[in-house]
Amino acid sequence: MRALLLRDLRLAIRAGGGFGLGLAFFLILATLVPLGVGPQPDRLAPIAPGILWLGALLACLLSLDRLFALDAEDGSLDLIATAPLPLEAVCTTKALAHWITTGLPLTLAAPALSLLLFLPVQALPWLTLSLLIGTPALSWIGTFGAALTVGLKRGSLLLSLLVLPLYIPTLVFGAEITRRGAEGLSTATPLALLGAITLGSIAALPFAAAAALRINLR
Amino acid sequence: METTLPLTVQGLGCRRGQSLVLRDVSFSVTPGHALILRGPNGAGKTTLLRTLAGLTPSQGGTISLPFDAIAYGAHADGLKLQLTVRENLSFWASAFGSGTSGVEQATATFDLAPLLDRRAADLSAGQRRRAGLARMVLTDRPVWLLDEPTVSLDTQRVDAFAATMRAHLAAGGIALLATHIDLGLDAKTLDIAQFAAATRAPTDPVTDPFAEAVE
Repeated sequence: MRALLLRDLRLAIRAGGGFGLGLAFFLILATLVPLGVGPQPDRLAPIAPGILWLGALLACLLSLDRLFALDAEDGSLDLIATAPLPLEAVCTTKALAHWITTGLPLTLAAPALSLLLFLPVQALPWLTLSLLIGTPALSWIGTFGAALTVGLKRGSLLLSLLVLPLYIPTLVFGAEITRRGAEGLSTATPLALLGAITLGSIAALPFAAAAALRINLR
Repeated sequence: METTLPLTVQGLGCRRGQSLVLRDVSFSVTPGHALILRGPNGAGKTTLLRTLAGLTPSQGGTISLPFDAIAYGAHADGLKLQLTVRENLSFWASAFGSGTSGVEQATATFDLAPLLDRRAADLSAGQRRRAGLARMVLTDRPVWLLDEPTVSLDTQRVDAFAATMRAHLAAGGIALLATHIDLGLDAKTLDIAQFAAATRAPTDPVTDPFAEAVE
């Protein structure tokens, strides 16, 4: 498992890897929204939680179609499937690697970028916390979607259509935590629900993803 | 890496997509021996090897050895082009638990030492093939299934590969090769055309309404 994780991380930072793609997208979005909406703090501040969470979600989606497709193209997916590591563990590792290269950098960059959107300072810890708790769910759900569409040419369109509805609860609760944090309200309920989504995804979806991979490998 | 048990296959049915390609495949290979699969293109050599490797579920029949005794070498080399040969081999060594000693052995066997620090993207097709075959040594599994292993190898490397195969067999291994080249191995041949399923039509398209979308 460690070998696969290290290989995926190494591939992500090498030339042609996906690392930085999601982050760059997030940066572009956070920079362009004030230009499009107008720079007034009273207009930007209310929509900032939603924009930031939407940006993180779409940035995650960008690199999902590479998750299994690259391994399937060069034949290593077949070989990984015949290795001693169970496919469920392979899916968990892949999702973890995706989170480390996408979700984690987004979480770390979000506080800095939120300043561009005039997010109130008291919401910053809540934004970071909600992304930290919520982005793993995006990676794990995305891994399942990627496993379902791995054999398809141009599967990324179908992948987006499959995965986006599943992302909605995460988006709703994640943005809600940040919004409540900005207004100084209690965040306990959305925080608990977001945590439940993430834990449920991590526990259940590797099995679903592995089953989808087995079907697609036939 | 040795096995004392023969690889015995009985009544195996192999599917590719919706169609049954082979039925009642039966053969037995004892340790120290190789079996060469022959048959025209599309006869089902790759399908049989994928079924034996556990990638495609079989349609009935038995395989005497567990899947974790079997190593599969496909058409594709499974190399990550952005990584060096050493990184590729180390990954497979850790994935199969054979460690650094395995990498050294595989490097020596396939004469890869000068290529270790080059990216797989910068290798020629034959060099990639050698790196891909080196993975078989790393798996440390007794049964090797090889699909056209000698593609893009020059004559000298084919001889070297045949020598590796002989060493593997002498150590008590088993090998199944789908190849059209005579490797000079003391091996039986199996013409799989005799197992061809009579009907190539879809078994029953109505049973799986999503099959078309999944293909």
